[in-house]
Amino acid sequence: MDTTRHKFSRREILKSTTIPFLVLAQSEQGKTWQIPSAEDDPAKIPGAPVGTLGTRSAFENLRKTASDISARTPLQDLHGMITPSDLHFERDHAGVPEINPEKHELLIHGMVERPLVFKLADLKRFPSVSRIAFLECSGNYRGKESGEISPQEICGLTSQSEWTGVKLSTLFREAGVRNTATWFLAEGGDAAVMTRSIPVRKGWEDAIVAYAQNGEAIRPEQGYPFRLFLPGYEGNTNIKWLRRIELSDEPFHTREETSKYTEVVGEGKIRQFSFVMDARSIITFPAYPYHVEKGWIEIKGIAWSGRGKIVRVDISTNGGKSWEKSELQDPVLDKAHTRFRFLWQWDGTETVILSRAVDETGYVQPTLKILKEARGGYMGYHYNPVTGWLLKPAGEVLFQPT
Amino acid sequence: MIRKSFAGIGVLLFTFYIAATVSAPATTHTYFPADTIPSRFGFGAPASEARIAVWDIDVRPDGKGLPEGTGSVIRGKEIYQLKCASCHGVTGKEGPFDKLVFDPDSKAKTIGNYWPYATTVFDYIQRAMPFNQPGSLTPAEVYSLTAYLLYENKIIEETTVITKNNLATIQMPARGLFIPDTRTDGPEIK
Repeated sequence: MDTTRHKFSRREILKSTTIPFLVLAQSEQGKTWQIPSAEDDPAKIPGAPVGTLGTRSAFENLRKTASDISARTPLQDLHGMITPSDLHFERDHAGVPEINPEKHELLIHGMVERPLVFKLADLKRFPSVSRIAFLECSGNYRGKESGEISPQEICGLTSQSEWTGVKLSTLFREAGVRNTATWFLAEGGDAAVMTRSIPVRKGWEDAIVAYAQNGEAIRPEQGYPFRLFLPGYEGNTNIKWLRRIELSDEPFHTREETSKYTEVVGEGKIRQFSFVMDARSIITFPAYPYHVEKGWIEIKGIAWSGRGKIVRVDISTNGGKSWEKSELQDPVLDKAHTRFRFLWQWDGTETVILSRAVDETGYVQPTLKILKEARGGYMGYHYNPVTGWLLKPAGEVLFQPT
Repeated sequence: MIRKSFAGIGVLLFTFYIAATVSAPATTHTYFPADTIPSRFGFGAPASEARIAVWDIDVRPDGKGLPEGTGSVIRGKEIYQLKCASCHGVTGKEGPFDKLVFDPDSKAKTIGNYWPYATTVFDYIQRAMPFNQPGSLTPAEVYSLTAYLLYENKIIEETTVITKNNLATIQMPARGLFIPDTRTDGPEIK
Protein backbone atom coordinates (compact mmCIF):
# COMPACT_ATOMS: atom_id res chain seq x y z
CA MET A 1 0.00 0.00 0.00
CA ASP A 2 2.85 2.33 0.83
CA THR A 3 4.28 1.71 -2.62
CA THR A 4 0.98 2.68 -4.23
CA ARG A 5 0.90 5.87 -2.23
CA HIS A 6 4.47 6.68 -3.04
CA LYS A 7 3.66 6.85 -6.74
CA PHE A 8 1.31 9.72 -6.10
CA SER A 9 3.19 11.46 -3.26
CA ARG A 10 2.54 15.18 -3.29
CA ARG A 11 5.75 15.86 -1.50
CA GLU A 12 7.75 14.07 -4.17
CA ILE A 13 6.14 16.19 -6.82
CA LEU A 14 6.56 19.36 -4.79
CA LYS A 15 10.23 18.62 -4.24
CA SER A 16 10.71 18.72 -7.99
CA THR A 17 9.12 22.14 -8.28
CA THR A 18 10.95 25.24 -7.15
CA ILE A 19 9.27 28.13 -5.37
CA PRO A 20 10.32 31.18 -7.39
CA PHE A 21 10.14 33.80 -4.63
CA LEU A 22 8.57 34.45 -1.22
CA VAL A 23 5.74 36.92 -0.71
CA LEU A 24 5.72 38.33 2.81
CA ALA A 25 3.04 40.15 4.81
CA GLN A 26 2.81 41.60 8.35
CA SER A 27 0.19 40.65 10.96
CA GLU A 28 -1.41 43.02 13.51
CA GLN A 29 1.14 41.98 16.14
CA GLY A 30 3.91 42.89 13.75
CA LYS A 31 4.76 39.28 12.91
CA THR A 32 5.86 38.33 9.44
CA TRP A 33 3.79 35.75 7.55
CA GLN A 34 4.44 34.21 4.23
CA ILE A 35 1.68 34.61 1.66
CA PRO A 36 1.15 31.20 0.03
CA SER A 37 2.14 30.92 -3.58
CA ALA A 38 0.12 28.98 -6.17
CA GLU A 39 3.07 26.62 -6.77
CA ASP A 40 2.95 25.60 -3.11
CA ASP A 41 -0.80 24.92 -3.07
CA PRO A 42 -1.78 21.26 -2.43
CA ALA A 43 -5.21 22.09 -3.86
CA LYS A 44 -3.59 22.23 -7.29
CA ILE A 45 -2.49 18.57 -7.31
CA PRO A 46 -4.75 15.48 -7.11
CA GLY A 47 -4.24 13.69 -3.79
CA ALA A 48 -3.24 10.16 -2.94
CA PRO A 49 -5.79 7.42 -3.68
CA VAL A 50 -7.81 5.68 -1.00
CA GLY A 51 -5.94 3.06 1.02
CA THR A 52 -6.72 -0.04 3.05
CA LEU A 53 -5.18 1.31 6.25
CA GLY A 54 -5.05 4.87 7.57
CA THR A 55 -1.76 6.59 8.27
CA ARG A 56 -0.55 9.51 10.33
CA SER A 57 0.55 12.67 8.58
CA ALA A 58 4.24 12.66 7.79
CA PHE A 59 4.37 15.98 9.64
CA GLU A 60 3.34 14.38 12.93
CA ASN A 61 5.83 12.46 15.02
CA LEU A 62 4.00 10.93 17.97
CA ARG A 63 6.13 8.54 20.00
CA LYS A 64 6.10 6.78 23.32
CA THR A 65 9.34 7.17 25.28
CA ALA A 66 10.64 3.70 26.01
CA SER A 67 12.96 2.27 28.65
CA ASP A 68 13.84 -1.41 29.13
CA ILE A 69 10.64 -2.06 31.04
CA SER A 70 8.08 0.61 30.16
CA ALA A 71 6.97 3.11 27.51
CA ARG A 72 5.19 6.38 28.26
CA THR A 73 2.26 8.07 26.53
CA PRO A 74 3.03 11.53 25.03
CA LEU A 75 0.34 13.31 27.07
CA GLN A 76 1.48 16.76 25.93
CA ASP A 77 0.83 15.89 22.27
CA LEU A 78 -2.66 14.38 22.63
CA HIS A 79 -6.17 15.82 22.50
CA GLY A 80 -9.56 14.64 23.69
CA MET A 81 -10.09 11.72 26.04
CA ILE A 82 -8.99 8.65 24.08
CA THR A 83 -5.36 7.57 23.83
CA PRO A 84 -4.55 6.21 20.36
CA SER A 85 -4.00 2.47 20.89
CA ASP A 86 -0.44 2.50 19.59
CA LEU A 87 0.43 5.26 22.07
CA HIS A 88 -1.09 3.53 25.10
CA PHE A 89 1.55 3.25 27.82
CA GLU A 90 3.23 -0.08 28.26
CA ARG A 91 4.76 -1.87 31.23
CA ASP A 92 5.97 -5.40 30.76
CA HIS A 93 7.82 -7.65 33.17
CA ALA A 94 9.28 -10.17 30.73
CA GLY A 95 8.54 -8.81 27.28
CA VAL A 96 5.49 -9.00 25.01
CA PRO A 97 4.58 -12.64 24.24
CA GLU A 98 3.45 -13.69 20.79
CA ILE A 99 0.20 -15.53 21.41
CA ASN A 100 -1.85 -17.45 18.89
CA PRO A 101 -5.47 -16.99 20.01
CA GLU A 102 -6.35 -20.45 18.70
CA LYS A 103 -3.99 -21.96 21.28
CA HIS A 104 -4.66 -19.55 24.13
CA GLU A 105 -7.17 -20.38 26.87
CA LEU A 106 -8.64 -18.85 29.99
CA LEU A 107 -8.86 -21.37 32.83
CA ILE A 108 -11.17 -20.65 35.77
CA HIS A 109 -10.84 -23.00 38.73
CA GLY A 110 -10.36 -23.20 42.50
CA MET A 111 -13.41 -22.44 44.64
CA VAL A 112 -15.93 -22.92 41.84
CA GLU A 113 -18.66 -25.46 41.15
CA ARG A 114 -17.51 -26.05 37.56
CA PRO A 115 -13.86 -25.49 36.53
CA LEU A 116 -13.96 -24.24 32.92
CA VAL A 117 -11.69 -23.29 30.04
CA PHE A 118 -12.56 -20.69 27.41
CA LYS A 119 -11.09 -19.82 24.04
CA LEU A 120 -11.29 -16.28 22.66
CA ALA A 121 -14.21 -17.36 20.44
CA ASP A 122 -16.08 -18.61 23.54
CA LEU A 123 -15.61 -15.29 25.34
CA LYS A 124 -16.99 -13.44 22.31
CA ARG A 125 -20.23 -15.46 22.47
CA PHE A 126 -21.11 -14.08 25.91
CA PRO A 127 -23.00 -10.77 26.32
CA SER A 128 -20.42 -8.01 25.79
CA VAL A 129 -19.80 -4.73 27.53
CA SER A 130 -17.83 -1.60 26.58
CA ARG A 131 -16.43 1.00 28.89
CA ILE A 132 -14.20 4.05 28.51
CA ALA A 133 -11.83 4.21 31.46
CA PHE A 134 -8.25 5.13 32.29
CA LEU A 135 -5.50 2.68 33.09
CA GLU A 136 -2.60 3.96 35.18
CA CYS A 137 0.56 2.40 36.58
CA SER A 138 0.84 3.05 40.32
CA GLY A 139 4.50 3.97 39.87
CA ASN A 140 3.51 6.98 37.78
CA TYR A 141 5.41 9.96 39.14
CA ARG A 142 8.76 11.50 38.32
CA GLY A 143 10.31 14.91 38.86
CA LYS A 144 13.49 16.59 37.71
CA GLU A 145 15.66 19.15 39.44
CA SER A 146 16.17 21.25 36.31
CA GLY A 147 12.44 21.38 35.56
CA GLU A 148 13.15 20.22 32.01
CA ILE A 149 10.69 17.33 32.06
CA SER A 150 7.53 16.82 30.01
CA PRO A 151 4.09 15.50 31.12
CA GLN A 152 5.03 12.29 29.29
CA GLU A 153 8.02 11.78 31.59
CA ILE A 154 6.26 13.02 34.75
CA CYS A 155 3.17 10.82 34.50
CA GLY A 156 2.92 9.27 31.03
CA LEU A 157 2.11 5.87 32.55
CA THR A 158 -1.60 6.65 32.23
CA SER A 159 -3.76 6.19 29.13
CA GLN A 160 -7.40 5.82 28.25
CA SER A 161 -9.25 3.47 25.92
CA GLU A 162 -12.65 2.09 25.22
CA TRP A 163 -12.36 -1.50 26.45
CA THR A 164 -14.76 -4.18 25.23
CA GLY A 165 -15.14 -7.69 26.55
CA VAL A 166 -17.20 -9.91 28.79
CA LYS A 167 -18.00 -9.03 32.38
CA LEU A 168 -16.02 -11.21 34.75
CA SER A 169 -19.23 -11.63 36.77
CA THR A 170 -20.73 -13.43 33.77
CA LEU A 171 -17.82 -15.90 33.80
CA PHE A 172 -18.04 -16.19 37.60
CA ARG A 173 -21.66 -17.27 37.25
CA GLU A 174 -20.82 -19.65 34.43
CA ALA A 175 -18.23 -21.37 36.64
CA GLY A 176 -20.37 -21.12 39.78
CA VAL A 177 -18.03 -19.18 42.08
CA ARG A 178 -18.64 -20.29 45.67
CA ASN A 179 -19.85 -17.84 48.31
CA THR A 180 -16.83 -18.65 50.46
CA ALA A 181 -14.38 -17.38 47.81
CA THR A 182 -13.00 -13.97 48.83
CA TRP A 183 -9.99 -13.52 46.53
CA PHE A 184 -8.95 -14.63 43.09
CA LEU A 185 -5.57 -15.02 41.49
CA ALA A 186 -5.22 -13.56 38.00
CA GLU A 187 -2.33 -14.96 35.99
CA GLY A 188 -0.87 -13.94 32.64
CA GLY A 189 0.63 -16.02 29.86
CA ASP A 190 3.83 -13.97 29.52
CA ALA A 191 7.30 -15.16 30.52
CA ALA A 192 6.83 -13.52 33.95
CA VAL A 193 3.64 -15.58 34.36
CA MET A 194 2.48 -12.38 36.08
CA THR A 195 0.19 -12.92 39.06
CA ARG A 196 -1.88 -10.67 41.30
CA SER A 197 -4.50 -11.40 43.97
CA ILE A 198 -7.75 -9.46 43.54
CA PRO A 199 -10.71 -9.27 45.95
CA VAL A 200 -13.64 -11.30 44.58
CA ARG A 201 -15.89 -8.27 45.22
CA LYS A 202 -14.13 -6.39 42.39
CA GLY A 203 -14.75 -9.34 40.08
CA TRP A 204 -18.50 -9.20 40.75
CA GLU A 205 -18.67 -5.40 40.59
CA ASP A 206 -17.11 -4.18 37.36
CA ALA A 207 -14.18 -6.32 36.20
CA ILE A 208 -14.02 -7.06 32.47
CA VAL A 209 -12.11 -9.69 30.52
CA ALA A 210 -11.35 -7.34 27.63
CA TYR A 211 -10.62 -8.58 24.11
CA ALA A 212 -10.95 -5.25 22.31
CA GLN A 213 -9.51 -1.77 22.67
CA ASN A 214 -10.81 1.26 20.82
CA GLY A 215 -12.88 -0.82 18.44
CA GLU A 216 -10.35 -3.45 17.36
CA ALA A 217 -8.70 -6.50 18.87
CA ILE A 218 -6.58 -5.58 21.85
CA ARG A 219 -2.94 -5.03 20.89
CA PRO A 220 -0.17 -7.47 21.89
CA GLU A 221 1.39 -4.80 24.12
CA GLN A 222 -1.96 -4.50 25.91
CA GLY A 223 -2.52 -8.21 26.42
CA TYR A 224 -3.67 -9.85 23.17
CA PRO A 225 -5.84 -11.88 22.93
CA PHE A 226 -7.43 -10.71 26.21
CA ARG A 227 -6.61 -9.05 29.49
CA LEU A 228 -8.20 -8.38 32.83
CA PHE A 229 -9.52 -4.82 33.11
CA LEU A 230 -10.27 -3.50 36.59
CA PRO A 231 -11.63 0.08 36.39
CA GLY A 232 -9.82 2.42 38.79
CA TYR A 233 -7.33 -0.21 39.99
CA GLU A 234 -3.54 0.15 39.68
CA GLY A 235 -2.23 -0.93 36.27
CA ASN A 236 -0.33 -4.01 37.40
CA THR A 237 -3.51 -5.75 38.62
CA ASN A 238 -5.01 -5.54 35.09
CA ILE A 239 -3.27 -8.77 34.10
CA LYS A 240 -2.38 -8.88 30.40
CA TRP A 241 -2.39 -12.07 28.31
CA LEU A 242 -4.76 -13.44 30.98
CA ARG A 243 -4.80 -17.24 31.07
CA ARG A 244 -5.82 -18.37 34.55
CA ILE A 245 -8.17 -17.27 37.32
CA GLU A 246 -8.11 -19.24 40.58
CA LEU A 247 -10.75 -18.55 43.21
CA SER A 248 -9.50 -18.71 46.79
CA ASP A 249 -10.34 -17.74 50.36
CA GLU A 250 -7.13 -15.77 50.94
CA PRO A 251 -4.68 -13.70 48.91
CA PHE A 252 -1.65 -15.46 47.42
CA HIS A 253 0.98 -12.82 48.40
CA THR A 254 2.76 -13.03 45.07
CA ARG A 255 6.07 -11.29 44.45
CA GLU A 256 4.37 -8.32 42.74
CA GLU A 257 2.06 -7.66 45.71
CA THR A 258 4.73 -8.01 48.41
CA SER A 259 8.21 -7.02 47.26
CA LYS A 260 6.85 -4.72 44.50
CA TYR A 261 3.74 -2.50 44.24
CA THR A 262 3.72 -1.88 48.01
CA GLU A 263 4.68 1.40 49.66
CA VAL A 264 6.45 2.40 52.87
CA VAL A 265 4.02 4.67 54.73
CA GLY A 266 5.98 5.61 57.85
CA GLU A 267 6.35 4.13 61.34
CA GLY A 268 8.14 1.21 59.72
CA LYS A 269 5.00 -0.02 57.97
CA ILE A 270 4.55 -1.14 54.37
CA ARG A 271 1.11 -0.74 52.78
CA GLN A 272 -0.10 -3.69 50.72
CA PHE A 273 -3.01 -4.24 48.31
CA SER A 274 -3.34 -0.49 47.57
CA PHE A 275 -5.56 -1.08 44.59
CA VAL A 276 -7.43 2.16 43.92
CA MET A 277 -5.78 5.06 42.08
CA ASP A 278 -6.41 8.35 43.87
CA ALA A 279 -7.57 11.46 42.02
CA ARG A 280 -5.03 13.29 39.95
CA SER A 281 -4.61 15.93 37.25
CA ILE A 282 -1.86 17.29 35.05
CA ILE A 283 -1.73 20.40 32.88
CA THR A 284 -0.59 19.15 29.48
CA PHE A 285 -0.43 22.66 28.00
CA PRO A 286 1.41 24.88 28.68
CA ALA A 287 4.07 22.36 29.65
CA TYR A 288 7.73 21.59 28.98
CA PRO A 289 9.11 21.42 26.29
CA TYR A 290 6.73 23.98 24.74
CA HIS A 291 7.30 27.73 24.79
CA VAL A 292 4.42 30.20 25.17
CA GLU A 293 3.79 33.84 24.41
CA LYS A 294 2.06 36.38 26.56
CA GLY A 295 -1.59 37.01 25.78
CA TRP A 296 -4.40 34.48 25.66
CA ILE A 297 -3.50 30.95 26.65
CA GLU A 298 -5.89 28.04 26.98
CA ILE A 299 -4.59 26.03 29.92
CA LYS A 300 -5.60 22.42 29.32
CA GLY A 301 -5.05 18.98 30.70
CA ILE A 302 -6.55 15.79 32.03
CA ALA A 303 -7.93 14.77 35.42
CA TRP A 304 -9.02 11.35 36.65
CA SER A 305 -9.89 9.33 39.74
CA GLY A 306 -10.06 5.62 40.45
CA ARG A 307 -12.84 6.32 42.95
CA GLY A 308 -15.43 7.81 40.60
CA LYS A 309 -16.10 10.89 38.51
CA ILE A 310 -14.12 14.10 38.49
CA VAL A 311 -16.40 16.88 39.78
CA ARG A 312 -14.01 19.83 39.63
CA VAL A 313 -10.55 20.82 38.49
CA ASP A 314 -9.23 23.98 40.13
CA ILE A 315 -6.63 26.12 38.40
CA SER A 316 -4.22 28.53 40.01
CA THR A 317 -2.23 30.97 37.90
CA ASN A 318 -0.41 32.51 40.88
CA GLY A 319 1.40 29.58 42.47
CA GLY A 320 -1.55 28.46 44.59
CA LYS A 321 -2.50 31.81 46.20
CA SER A 322 -5.95 31.61 44.64
CA TRP A 323 -7.90 29.00 42.69
CA GLU A 324 -10.58 29.14 40.01
CA LYS A 325 -12.79 26.44 38.49
CA SER A 326 -11.88 25.15 35.04
CA GLU A 327 -14.37 23.97 32.45
CA LEU A 328 -14.85 20.19 32.19
CA GLN A 329 -15.40 18.67 28.77
CA ASP A 330 -18.36 16.33 28.46
CA PRO A 331 -18.69 13.42 28.79
CA VAL A 332 -17.36 13.23 32.35
CA LEU A 333 -17.16 9.50 32.97
CA ASP A 334 -16.68 7.31 36.01
CA LYS A 335 -12.99 6.38 36.52
CA ALA A 336 -11.99 8.10 33.30
CA HIS A 337 -9.62 10.77 32.04
CA THR A 338 -11.60 14.01 31.90
CA ARG A 339 -10.47 17.00 29.86
CA PHE A 340 -10.33 20.39 31.57
CA ARG A 341 -9.78 23.85 30.06
CA PHE A 342 -9.17 27.28 31.50
CA LEU A 343 -8.86 30.42 29.37
CA TRP A 344 -6.26 32.78 30.79
CA GLN A 345 -4.54 35.97 29.74
CA TRP A 346 -0.88 35.89 30.70
CA ASP A 347 0.82 39.24 31.18
CA GLY A 348 4.26 37.75 30.64
CA THR A 349 5.50 37.95 34.24
CA GLU A 350 7.03 34.90 35.87
CA THR A 351 4.40 32.74 37.58
CA VAL A 352 3.50 29.15 38.46
CA ILE A 353 0.32 27.53 37.14
CA LEU A 354 -1.26 24.55 38.90
CA SER A 355 -4.20 22.16 38.50
CA ARG A 356 -5.95 20.36 41.36
CA ALA A 357 -8.47 17.56 40.80
CA VAL A 358 -11.48 16.94 43.05
CA ASP A 359 -13.48 13.71 42.71
CA GLU A 360 -17.06 12.86 43.64
CA THR A 361 -16.00 11.33 46.96
CA GLY A 362 -14.64 14.72 48.07
CA TYR A 363 -10.98 13.79 47.62
CA VAL A 364 -8.83 16.81 46.76
CA GLN A 365 -5.54 16.13 44.96
CA PRO A 366 -2.78 16.97 47.48
CA THR A 367 0.46 18.87 47.00
CA LEU A 368 3.70 16.90 47.05
CA LYS A 369 4.46 18.30 50.50
CA ILE A 370 1.12 17.20 52.01
CA LEU A 371 1.36 13.77 50.38
CA LYS A 372 4.91 13.22 51.59
CA GLU A 373 3.92 14.16 55.15
CA ALA A 374 0.95 11.76 55.01
CA ARG A 375 3.35 8.97 53.95
CA GLY A 376 5.82 9.52 56.78
CA GLY A 377 8.29 11.29 54.50
CA TYR A 378 8.56 8.39 52.08
CA MET A 379 7.93 8.38 48.36
CA GLY A 380 6.97 5.36 46.28
CA TYR A 381 3.93 3.92 44.56
CA HIS A 382 0.63 5.85 44.43
CA TYR A 383 2.14 9.32 44.21
CA ASN A 384 -0.41 11.72 42.71
CA PRO A 385 0.70 15.24 43.68
CA VAL A 386 -0.43 18.53 42.21
CA THR A 387 2.07 19.34 39.48
CA GLY A 388 3.07 22.91 38.66
CA TRP A 389 4.57 24.65 35.66
CA LEU A 390 6.83 27.67 36.03
CA LEU A 391 6.31 30.15 33.20
CA LYS A 392 9.43 32.25 32.59
CA PRO A 393 9.12 35.71 30.97
CA ALA A 394 10.91 34.44 27.85
CA GLY A 395 8.15 31.83 27.44
CA GLU A 396 10.04 28.82 28.75
CA VAL A 397 7.85 26.36 30.71
CA LEU A 398 9.49 24.30 33.46
CA PHE A 399 8.24 21.59 35.83
CA GLN A 400 7.65 22.90 39.36
CA PRO A 401 7.15 20.41 42.22
CA THR A 402 4.63 21.35 44.91
CA MET B 1 -55.51 -14.34 14.69
CA ILE B 2 -54.37 -11.54 16.97
CA ARG B 3 -55.62 -13.40 20.05
CA LYS B 4 -53.68 -16.47 18.96
CA SER B 5 -50.46 -14.45 18.75
CA PHE B 6 -50.97 -13.07 22.26
CA ALA B 7 -51.57 -16.58 23.54
CA GLY B 8 -48.36 -17.65 21.82
CA ILE B 9 -46.40 -14.88 23.51
CA GLY B 10 -47.92 -15.86 26.83
CA VAL B 11 -46.73 -19.44 26.44
CA LEU B 12 -43.33 -18.17 25.33
CA LEU B 13 -43.00 -15.89 28.35
CA PHE B 14 -44.06 -18.70 30.65
CA THR B 15 -41.43 -20.97 29.11
CA PHE B 16 -38.77 -18.26 29.68
CA TYR B 17 -39.95 -17.93 33.27
CA ILE B 18 -39.54 -21.66 33.88
CA ALA B 19 -36.13 -21.67 32.19
CA ALA B 20 -34.97 -18.71 34.29
CA THR B 21 -36.20 -20.35 37.48
CA VAL B 22 -34.54 -23.65 36.72
CA SER B 23 -31.22 -22.13 35.68
CA ALA B 24 -31.01 -19.71 38.64
CA PRO B 25 -27.95 -20.41 40.81
CA ALA B 26 -28.44 -22.58 43.87
CA THR B 27 -26.84 -19.95 46.09
CA THR B 28 -27.11 -16.18 45.98
CA HIS B 29 -23.82 -14.36 46.14
CA THR B 30 -23.51 -11.20 48.23
CA TYR B 31 -22.34 -9.27 45.17
CA PHE B 32 -24.56 -11.06 42.72
CA PRO B 33 -25.31 -8.61 39.92
CA ALA B 34 -28.96 -7.71 39.52
CA ASP B 35 -29.08 -8.34 35.79
CA THR B 36 -31.43 -10.49 33.84
CA ILE B 37 -29.13 -12.54 31.65
CA PRO B 38 -29.12 -16.31 32.03
CA SER B 39 -26.93 -17.56 34.86
CA ARG B 40 -25.35 -20.10 32.52
CA PHE B 41 -24.78 -20.13 28.78
CA GLY B 42 -22.95 -23.44 28.45
CA PHE B 43 -20.01 -21.83 26.60
CA GLY B 44 -16.45 -23.03 27.11
CA ALA B 45 -15.48 -26.52 28.18
CA PRO B 46 -15.07 -28.34 31.51
CA ALA B 47 -11.50 -28.25 32.83
CA SER B 48 -10.29 -31.63 34.05
CA GLU B 49 -7.93 -32.06 37.00
CA ALA B 50 -5.18 -32.96 34.54
CA ARG B 51 -5.84 -29.78 32.54
CA ILE B 52 -5.78 -27.60 35.66
CA ALA B 53 -2.55 -29.20 36.89
CA VAL B 54 -0.66 -28.04 33.78
CA TRP B 55 -1.02 -24.36 34.72
CA ASP B 56 -1.78 -24.43 38.45
CA ILE B 57 1.72 -23.66 39.75
CA ASP B 58 1.02 -21.06 42.44
CA VAL B 59 2.15 -21.49 46.02
CA ARG B 60 0.27 -19.80 48.87
CA PRO B 61 1.77 -18.58 52.19
CA ASP B 62 0.22 -21.60 53.95
CA GLY B 63 2.24 -23.88 51.67
CA LYS B 64 -0.71 -24.95 49.53
CA GLY B 65 0.58 -25.66 46.04
CA LEU B 66 4.13 -26.67 47.00
CA PRO B 67 5.37 -29.70 45.02
CA GLU B 68 7.15 -32.71 46.50
CA GLY B 69 10.88 -32.20 46.94
CA THR B 70 13.69 -30.94 49.11
CA GLY B 71 16.56 -28.51 48.71
CA SER B 72 19.86 -27.72 50.42
CA VAL B 73 21.87 -24.52 50.87
CA ILE B 74 24.99 -26.12 49.37
CA ARG B 75 23.21 -27.24 46.21
CA GLY B 76 21.41 -23.90 46.00
CA LYS B 77 24.70 -22.00 46.07
CA GLU B 78 25.99 -24.03 43.09
CA ILE B 79 22.85 -23.36 41.04
CA TYR B 80 22.85 -19.69 42.05
CA GLN B 81 26.43 -19.16 40.85
CA LEU B 82 25.63 -20.87 37.57
CA LYS B 83 22.21 -19.38 36.73
CA CYS B 84 21.55 -16.30 38.91
CA ALA B 85 24.78 -14.50 39.85
CA SER B 86 25.20 -12.72 36.49
CA CYS B 87 22.02 -10.70 37.13
CA HIS B 88 21.82 -10.56 40.93
CA GLY B 89 25.52 -10.43 41.90
CA VAL B 90 28.00 -12.98 43.23
CA THR B 91 26.65 -12.68 46.79
CA GLY B 92 23.16 -11.43 45.89
CA LYS B 93 24.00 -7.91 47.07
CA GLU B 94 25.56 -6.44 43.93
CA GLY B 95 22.93 -6.46 41.21
CA PRO B 96 22.83 -5.13 38.50
CA PHE B 97 19.22 -6.38 38.65
CA ASP B 98 17.20 -6.91 41.86
CA LYS B 99 19.36 -7.24 44.96
CA LEU B 100 18.23 -10.30 46.88
CA VAL B 101 20.38 -10.38 50.00
CA PHE B 102 20.04 -7.89 52.85
CA ASP B 103 22.95 -5.49 53.23
CA PRO B 104 22.84 -3.14 56.25
CA ASP B 105 24.74 -0.53 54.22
CA SER B 106 22.10 -0.47 51.45
CA LYS B 107 18.50 0.73 51.27
CA ALA B 108 17.64 -2.01 48.77
CA LYS B 109 14.41 -3.94 49.32
CA THR B 110 15.63 -7.52 49.65
CA ILE B 111 14.29 -10.91 50.71
CA GLY B 112 15.81 -10.33 54.16
CA ASN B 113 14.17 -7.00 54.89
CA TYR B 114 11.13 -6.70 52.58
CA TRP B 115 9.66 -10.13 51.74
CA PRO B 116 6.91 -11.21 54.20
CA TYR B 117 6.62 -14.88 53.13
CA ALA B 118 9.24 -17.49 52.27
CA THR B 119 6.74 -19.24 50.02
CA THR B 120 6.78 -16.22 47.69
CA VAL B 121 10.49 -16.81 47.03
CA PHE B 122 9.72 -20.35 45.88
CA ASP B 123 6.67 -19.29 43.84
CA TYR B 124 8.49 -16.53 42.00
CA ILE B 125 11.66 -18.50 41.18
CA GLN B 126 9.54 -21.41 39.98
CA ARG B 127 7.34 -19.30 37.66
CA ALA B 128 9.67 -16.66 36.29
CA MET B 129 13.36 -17.45 36.82
CA PRO B 130 16.00 -17.54 35.46
CA PHE B 131 14.99 -14.55 33.34
CA ASN B 132 16.31 -16.07 30.10
CA GLN B 133 14.89 -19.56 30.83
CA PRO B 134 11.70 -18.97 32.82
CA GLY B 135 10.06 -22.02 34.33
CA SER B 136 13.00 -24.29 33.52
CA LEU B 137 14.03 -25.30 37.06
CA THR B 138 13.04 -28.58 38.74
CA PRO B 139 11.25 -28.45 42.13
CA ALA B 140 14.47 -29.67 43.82
CA GLU B 141 16.43 -26.82 42.18
CA VAL B 142 13.83 -24.26 43.27
CA TYR B 143 13.85 -25.63 46.85
CA SER B 144 17.66 -25.43 46.87
CA LEU B 145 17.77 -21.85 45.54
CA THR B 146 15.14 -20.83 48.10
CA ALA B 147 17.24 -22.44 50.86
CA TYR B 148 20.40 -20.66 49.68
CA LEU B 149 18.74 -17.23 49.51
CA LEU B 150 17.14 -17.67 52.95
CA TYR B 151 20.53 -18.71 54.33
CA GLU B 152 22.36 -15.73 52.75
CA ASN B 153 19.71 -13.47 54.33
CA LYS B 154 20.51 -15.08 57.73
CA ILE B 155 16.99 -16.51 58.04
CA ILE B 156 17.93 -20.23 58.20
CA GLU B 157 21.03 -22.23 59.16
CA GLU B 158 23.42 -23.55 56.54
CA THR B 159 22.40 -27.13 57.37
CA THR B 160 18.63 -26.56 57.16
CA VAL B 161 16.98 -28.62 54.44
CA ILE B 162 13.95 -26.92 52.89
CA THR B 163 10.96 -29.14 52.16
CA LYS B 164 7.30 -28.98 51.27
CA ASN B 165 6.53 -29.28 54.98
CA ASN B 166 8.78 -26.62 56.53
CA LEU B 167 8.91 -23.75 53.99
CA ALA B 168 5.62 -22.20 55.12
CA THR B 169 6.70 -22.27 58.78
CA ILE B 170 9.77 -20.08 58.26
CA GLN B 171 9.36 -16.66 59.92
CA MET B 172 10.48 -13.84 57.66
CA PRO B 173 11.96 -10.66 59.23
CA ALA B 174 9.57 -8.39 57.27
CA ARG B 175 6.43 -10.35 58.17
CA GLY B 176 5.17 -7.87 60.76
CA LEU B 177 5.75 -4.76 58.62
CA PHE B 178 2.92 -5.22 56.14
CA ILE B 179 -0.45 -3.58 56.70
CA PRO B 180 -3.52 -3.63 54.45
CA ASP B 181 -4.66 -0.54 52.55
CA THR B 182 -6.88 1.59 54.79
CA ARG B 183 -7.48 4.41 52.31
CA THR B 184 -11.20 4.97 51.70
CA ASP B 185 -13.35 7.07 49.40
CA GLY B 186 -13.37 10.63 50.73
CA PRO B 187 -11.14 13.58 51.51
CA GLU B 188 -8.50 11.90 53.67
CA ILE B 189 -4.96 11.94 52.25
CA LYS B 190 -3.12 8.74 53.13
